[in-house]
Amino acid sequence: MIKKLWPYTAGYRKWILLGVLCSASEAVFELLLPLVMADIVGTGIPAGDVNYILTRGLLMVAMALLSMSLGIGAAFLSSRAGQGFGANLRRAQYDHVQEFSFRNIEKFSTASLVTRLTNDCNMMQMTLMMGMRLLVRAPVMLVSALVLAVSISLKLSRVFLVALPLLLVLIALIIRHVSPMFSTFQERTDGVNLVVQENLSAIRVVKSFVREDYEEEKFKKRNDALRGTAERAFGFVVMNMPIMMLITYGTIIAVMWYGAPLVQAGELDVALLSTFFTYITQVLMSLMMVSMIMMMLTRSVACGKRIIEVLDEVPDIADAHGSRCVVSDGSVDFDHVSFKYNEGSGAWNLQDIDLHIKSGMTVGVIGGTGSAKSTLVQLIPRLYEAQEGTVRVGGRPVKDYTMEQLRSAVSMVLQKNTLFSGTIRENLLWGDANASDAEIQAACEAACAWEFIQRMPEGLDTDLGQGGVNVSGGQKQRLCIARAILRKPRVLILDDSTSAVDTATDAKIRAAFRAQLPDTTKIIIAQRIISVMDADLIVVMDDGRIADMGTHGDLMRNSEIYRDVYQSQQEGADING
Amino acid sequence: MAETRRRGPHGPGGHGSPRGGYQKPKNMGKTVGTLLGYVGKSRWLLAVVAVCLVLNTVCSVGGSYLLRPLIDECIVPGDYARLARMLVLMACVYLCAALFSYTYSRIMVHVSQKTTHAIRQDLFARMQGLPLSYFDTHTHGELMSRYTNDIETITEILNNGLVSLCSGVLTFVGVVAVMLYLSPLLFLVTVFSLGLMLLVIMTVGKRSRRYFMAQQRDLGIINGYIEEMVEGQKVIKVFNHEQAAKEGFAQRNEAYRQSATNAQSFAGAMMPAMGNISHINYALTCCMGALLSIAIGLDLGALLVYLQYTRQVSQPIGQMSQQVNNLLAAIAGAERVFEVMETTPEVDEGKVTLVHTSRAADGSITEAAGRSDGWAWKKPDGSLVPLRGDVRFQDVQFGYVPGKAILHGISLYAKPGQKIAFVGSTGAGKTTITNLINRFYEIDSGLITYDGIDVREISKESLRRSLGIVLQDTHLFTGTIADNIRYGKLDATDEEVRSAARLANADTFIRHLPDGYDTWITDDGGSLSQGERQLLAIARAAVADPPVLILDEATSSIDTRTEKLIERGMDQLMADRTVFVIAHRLSTVRNAKAIMVLEQGEIIERGDHDDLLSQGGKYYQLYTGQAELS
Repeated sequence: MIKKLWPYTAGYRKWILLGVLCSASEAVFELLLPLVMADIVGTGIPAGDVNYILTRGLLMVAMALLSMSLGIGAAFLSSRAGQGFGANLRRAQYDHVQEFSFRNIEKFSTASLVTRLTNDCNMMQMTLMMGMRLLVRAPVMLVSALVLAVSISLKLSRVFLVALPLLLVLIALIIRHVSPMFSTFQERTDGVNLVVQENLSAIRVVKSFVREDYEEEKFKKRNDALRGTAERAFGFVVMNMPIMMLITYGTIIAVMWYGAPLVQAGELDVALLSTFFTYITQVLMSLMMVSMIMMMLTRSVACGKRIIEVLDEVPDIADAHGSRCVVSDGSVDFDHVSFKYNEGSGAWNLQDIDLHIKSGMTVGVIGGTGSAKSTLVQLIPRLYEAQEGTVRVGGRPVKDYTMEQLRSAVSMVLQKNTLFSGTIRENLLWGDANASDAEIQAACEAACAWEFIQRMPEGLDTDLGQGGVNVSGGQKQRLCIARAILRKPRVLILDDSTSAVDTATDAKIRAAFRAQLPDTTKIIIAQRIISVMDADLIVVMDDGRIADMGTHGDLMRNSEIYRDVYQSQQEGADING
Repeated sequence: MAETRRRGPHGPGGHGSPRGGYQKPKNMGKTVGTLLGYVGKSRWLLAVVAVCLVLNTVCSVGGSYLLRPLIDECIVPGDYARLARMLVLMACVYLCAALFSYTYSRIMVHVSQKTTHAIRQDLFARMQGLPLSYFDTHTHGELMSRYTNDIETITEILNNGLVSLCSGVLTFVGVVAVMLYLSPLLFLVTVFSLGLMLLVIMTVGKRSRRYFMAQQRDLGIINGYIEEMVEGQKVIKVFNHEQAAKEGFAQRNEAYRQSATNAQSFAGAMMPAMGNISHINYALTCCMGALLSIAIGLDLGALLVYLQYTRQVSQPIGQMSQQVNNLLAAIAGAERVFEVMETTPEVDEGKVTLVHTSRAADGSITEAAGRSDGWAWKKPDGSLVPLRGDVRFQDVQFGYVPGKAILHGISLYAKPGQKIAFVGSTGAGKTTITNLINRFYEIDSGLITYDGIDVREISKESLRRSLGIVLQDTHLFTGTIADNIRYGKLDATDEEVRSAARLANADTFIRHLPDGYDTWITDDGGSLSQGERQLLAIARAAVADPPVLILDEATSSIDTRTEKLIERGMDQLMADRTVFVIAHRLSTVRNAKAIMVLEQGEIIERGDHDDLLSQGGKYYQLYTGQAELS
């Protein structure tokens, strides 16, 4: 994992290196202090040498000041490096996501991508930051304290032979016991949150079925389970500290017992003995710290893995090399095209589609839920790649164009469309960044959006709020259509984009299309037959296949499905004959 | 109420922002009081914790003090017998310290889990009672963060913070006392460095707080941007907008990097600063101590013990400043939790209840013990009114926000067993009317009666049990398909579930699923199509078998062909029931007995399909596609 993530430290490596050096030397200086103290107490006091005491004292203060600057330096450097690394990682992920095809996006789901870009990245930058400080500090402390302890007295240092393995074994036992408990704990927490989440989004269902008590009972079960696991897990964790205390003090007592004869024999002075205690505490503390860092790291590793998954995801649709041609006209051809979303599955979502649309035609697509209408049109701007057969636009296979060329010529209004926070104008300019006000107005008029935009307090400069919350569903759809028209596409695809628009406006929009976009191929998916009745060609989809094709008149004569749909919608409405 | 504010696109992450450590609680006294009420349930355990804390402090401070006689009287003179005794004593003292420490930590784990468990349960229970208007004005994320972030901070402070704060204070007091006893002169040095530490905490703290606020703001911005862009990723692709999206991101990413670097630098600098001031203190104390030892003969043991204490005394200070911040964050979190809990719940003063009845041979009805065919309203005086499904609105005024009326003087009358349809553009008030029948909202003026009884006199539970509703947006729960259908009637048998599914025409697709009725649904039924989910919602209403049915755009996501297939089931479901139908597609309401055309909160036309067409008004225009329905 480190190998995969290391490249994203680019630009901050020297800070990492310097920061690590700072951290390490701070730890060393900190450990040298008690030694100088021992000099003062052990040498200065017996000799009554005030000068010696003062110079050594000054040395200590100087060392502390130096250590302080190193420590602060480490803090600054590590946060610079950590945040920089995080920013790089976030950006790399985000930029990579921009290359994703629809299939890639669906694989991760939106919510999970957002978590990976936000929480997981923050966790990684935190890990590097803390790692540079603690992860470096603890082992350096451990080793240098050990070295210093040995240098004071090899004999006494033998206590570590008992204390260290003992502590290690105990910590390992606790971690081994506790870590499965924590994953259960995490699952249980998710369980509680899931109940709340579902309850919140279904609150109307809960209330109308009067299921409040049932929901409370459901919540209580999860809540009880969470409490049980939490108590067991944390109950174990709190053993860490007392065990650590016992071992530390036990070691100190042992050192006093074995050290007293050494002091008597003059091999060791009392001050050094006291310094030795400090090192014991440091060594054991550091070990404890390392174990805690290890626990924290397991969480980071999980986040890191999730980030790498995104970075490793290969965008499955990419520009072919050297594709530079321009879409010459709006003809669209499907030559025996078959497609499935799931490569592994046996069933085709689209099967053997053979469809030829001349430039400038208006084509309607009709079919039941799940008949693959959307799938069909999404192959045209190459949002998905057909597995069999060829999709052509302007006479050339879609693979021959760059994505940018193809998609600026094939403009599509998605079924689940989004407006972004910002003004209406900013959103419309997505269609064409250089559009003049006159062009914007024309596009809005064609989409029947101009009339309500004008009524808005600030017209085109009205702020839409996040996700376009300040406009109604029908207005949103019309804005999305205007945005698509503004591209002046060769092919315009509306995927059920007027479902929230009433039939009259719908008709006006279609009329405007005919008048203003005569050369553009219009492909319209609709639920209502009335929306496609006057199309040059109507395609009836059924279960991934083209069931029937023709004009309204043809289909009324030949297509049973079409007649069915027509009758279900028009029954009794034939007031006009 | 600042809480009602929805999270704006550029908001600083709202109240739910993680690590909101710098929000000050507004009404500290009251919140702490409520919190103590929860914690107070374990007051005897807390008393044990307090005793253990004090004893632990005495033991650990005292244990260190034993070093002085150990050095001065045992090691230096070489008195091994005494040394052995002293060491045993020391071992006992430390053993006690460890035991006390374990005891209070373990008890606190219990107390904190018990407390947060209770708070969580109460919060959820109170939330169930809140009126819908509350959920309209608060985002899910905001309410979720009560459970995740806010309760988390409370657990954290109870688990760790509170005891380490107390033990910090106690240790500090104990150590200072012993230091003063050991050498008042040396303590002067300590006072000097402690003062220095406070100064650093205050100045750095102030600055770091400012940077932290900037960091939180930028974090909110970048997270909001990521959310919006990733959600609109497909649109970005369709419009080749990747480059612009990258640039917008890079800019916000860089702003966050800078403010976060500042904030983290200062926060991170605190620890080494404090640690090393303590080292300077150590150095100065060492110097002074040595001089004192030469000048006035301070004993070696005292000096060495004093130096050990020097290391101990500064630890609580850094810890305390951290814990005080955590404590404030926890109180602020608790305040937000309690705010939700204290919100006025739905008014429910109705005394009339819904009961099953059985009909005697003479036509009179009596309350039945179990399930039966008949339903009746039982008034507080014990009299029974048979449920017929007669719903009337008399001059009803209503607005979601005070002063912004949505419905103006609506009067309508649904005869029992009739199908009443509402048509009209979005925002005309169709859904609002059904929301008022089941009293999701309170009307401003006018009267709604149900079988002649004011709905306000009917207990909410009974009222809603009598109304089955299929909503525009379907929501499924994690569980099996059968569980989800059974949500309408918890004790439904398998056969009842199946027949409800057959009625809704859902049986066919369910049986095609890998595990049929036992197929596990997650993620709000994400693996099912919108239409399939809607069928399940209809089945759910069918199994409940309510006397009155409300269908709010129930078939909007079902294509017209499938709709036709379920029509028979729907007809069966609607037979002999009063049904309110809201529909966008006029074809679905054609056979209704009464169709109400709503416009801007008023009924402008009413009648059956043929009446309305012959009137040649708005309905006629809508039907013939001459008017706008947006």
